[in-house]
Amino acid sequence: MSKLKFLKAAEFLKAAVAGLALCGAMAATSASAADIVGLITKTEGNPFFVKMREGAKAKADELGLELRTFAGKFDGDNDSQVAAIENLIAAGAKGFAIVPSDSTAIVPTIKQARDAGLLVIVLDTPLDPIDAADATFATDNFKAGELIGAWAKGTLGDKAADAKIAFLDLSVNQPTVDYLRDQGFMKGFGIDIKDPKRYGDEDDPRICGHEVTGGAEDGGRTAMETLLQKCPDVNVVYSINEPAAAGGWEALKAVGKDDGSVLVTSIDGGCPGVENVKAGIIGATSQQYPLKMAAMAMEAIQKFAATGEKPAKTEGLDFLDTGATLITDKPVQGVESIDSAEGLKLCWG
Amino acid sequence: MSEDGSGMTAAERGLAGASQGVASFEEHSHSPLRRLQHFLHAYPTAIPFIVLLIGILIFSIAAGGRFFHPFNLSLVLQQVTIIGVLGIAQTLVILTAGIDLSVGVMMVLSSIIMGRLAVVAGVPVEISFALGLLTGTLCGFINGLLVAVVRLPPFIVTLGTWSIFGALIIFVSRSETIRSQDIEAVAPMLHWTGTRMAIGGGAVLTYGSILMIAIAGVVWYMLNRTAFGRHVYATGDDPEAARLAGINTRNTLIAVYTLAGFICAVAGWILIGRIGAASPLGNQTANLDAITAVVIGGTSLFGGRGSIVGTLVGALIVGVFRNGLALAGVDVLWQEFTVGLLIILAVAIDQWIRKISA
Repeated sequence: MSKLKFLKAAEFLKAAVAGLALCGAMAATSASAADIVGLITKTEGNPFFVKMREGAKAKADELGLELRTFAGKFDGDNDSQVAAIENLIAAGAKGFAIVPSDSTAIVPTIKQARDAGLLVIVLDTPLDPIDAADATFATDNFKAGELIGAWAKGTLGDKAADAKIAFLDLSVNQPTVDYLRDQGFMKGFGIDIKDPKRYGDEDDPRICGHEVTGGAEDGGRTAMETLLQKCPDVNVVYSINEPAAAGGWEALKAVGKDDGSVLVTSIDGGCPGVENVKAGIIGATSQQYPLKMAAMAMEAIQKFAATGEKPAKTEGLDFLDTGATLITDKPVQGVESIDSAEGLKLCWG
Repeated sequence: MSEDGSGMTAAERGLAGASQGVASFEEHSHSPLRRLQHFLHAYPTAIPFIVLLIGILIFSIAAGGRFFHPFNLSLVLQQVTIIGVLGIAQTLVILTAGIDLSVGVMMVLSSIIMGRLAVVAGVPVEISFALGLLTGTLCGFINGLLVAVVRLPPFIVTLGTWSIFGALIIFVSRSETIRSQDIEAVAPMLHWTGTRMAIGGGAVLTYGSILMIAIAGVVWYMLNRTAFGRHVYATGDDPEAARLAGINTRNTLIAVYTLAGFICAVAGWILIGRIGAASPLGNQTANLDAITAVVIGGTSLFGGRGSIVGTLVGALIVGVFRNGLALAGVDVLWQEFTVGLLIILAVAIDQWIRKISA
């Protein structure tokens, strides 16, 4: 080796060592900084997820965690969620909470994260299989559906036997939240649900039909119009959420069925939805608690980072039930409920 | 006169065996298929019209009286109104060989501005409405500047603004929906487009649908009866030739994108009339649905050829197939499947017709 080359090599070595030292110093500072936690929601826009972010942010600040939030571009956007998880693993997060857009397709990526030592808590929409996550904090969506189904049945009384029910569902691929709520409603109403993991296979003549809404007003209106064309004598409406119900109501109004002849039921408990219960547009809705879900997840991740302990489940269920409450101003005997005034105090969005 | 009573001179007799035709182009073939191709080249809107009629015929048989009822047919018109209006905006852009992926978000953003200013901020409804229209127009103008002045490809520009305007929707709306009842209370003008009007036989039109037809009429006039319209077609057909012919293609493009933005803002008003609320949710695929309507309506994605009437018919075809299939009890996923087939069929026919000019 010539002297010149040697000098260059030494120079290079020095630079490399300095660089390494710098990296080490940076690693040291980041280790002493707050633990990183993540929250990944389906979309940015839905007030349900906005509320979740608020709950997570407040709790993370309180616990001294550094929260990073991500969201898909649209409901069903799996790719963005995969990228978000990869980012969190790379950032050395302690764990994260996710509302999966695709409850099956995200499973392999979640396994990667768990293998890397992160605590994964699924919120709202359970994975398929549910035990692919460390824990699931969710509304018991089947029970939420059952509550409004039982309310509709109780309200109709004897007339429930020849009701005509329109189903305003979420999307064609029937994600867990979609079939759980739909089938829960049917069970509460007293319909034979056949396969509890999908809707559309029932043969009860009281079912008018199922149309998808995308969980939004525009889809709700078009779906209701179609179902009204199929059965003009509809007198019960089930809806996946309150925006879909509000869209459906516009369609009912357009044909003069806003006179109380149709019972509209929904699930969510967002503030505009509860306002609609108060205004008599939605007969009853099951309220769920996104802020609580996210805050509990942050606590669980912090506990895991400190002690390695994983969160428990609700007895009898394979997830932790964060609760659902029926809100109606026309209570029915045998179905526990609170009124819209009280619901407004607890509502989100 | 003639010498032999046959009416011919000697020279004429010599020509007896020759061609009798006047100077003409050679006709290669007169097969029915060839004639159809020529016919469609001359009247490109014929195909969508035929498909629409076939669709109506099929569903009248398959779904019975529930489908072929004045009320249901007018319902389909109501259901396609928003996509129809966005389709008109999209047609203008596609005629210039561009594409606008941001039509849906421009619509939602404008509707949120109108609803939020009027209901939450307490701005007088007329001013909120005007600012809503201005928002869409401004968005379109930005698209136009980026395409015509910065010279970025329209696909990339509107892919970018799709995200940007989408983020603004969330920012401005704070993810909150303005309820129908709150709009009714303070800003009933925003619901005007949803006003229903019985036109006999059970058929019901909304002012929104009539507005769509009016917009189509105005844009049709602009495209076919004004210099601006010819410039739009020329710019899309061959921008270089158009420029050499003295057309200011840059200003034409800016005007087209700006006008498209304005039309989308009007669609935002119609949207409030239809769903009652001013909501940041939904309409995720409105941009693609609008492109679908344009393509099925026979407008060429390569620019320079197509029509507004075709787009409205294209939107109606999608509406008729969705409604008819649903009433016939067909699952939603097969409705999607059918729309996909229609798109491919429409483009295949477009390619076939184009061969004639090659």
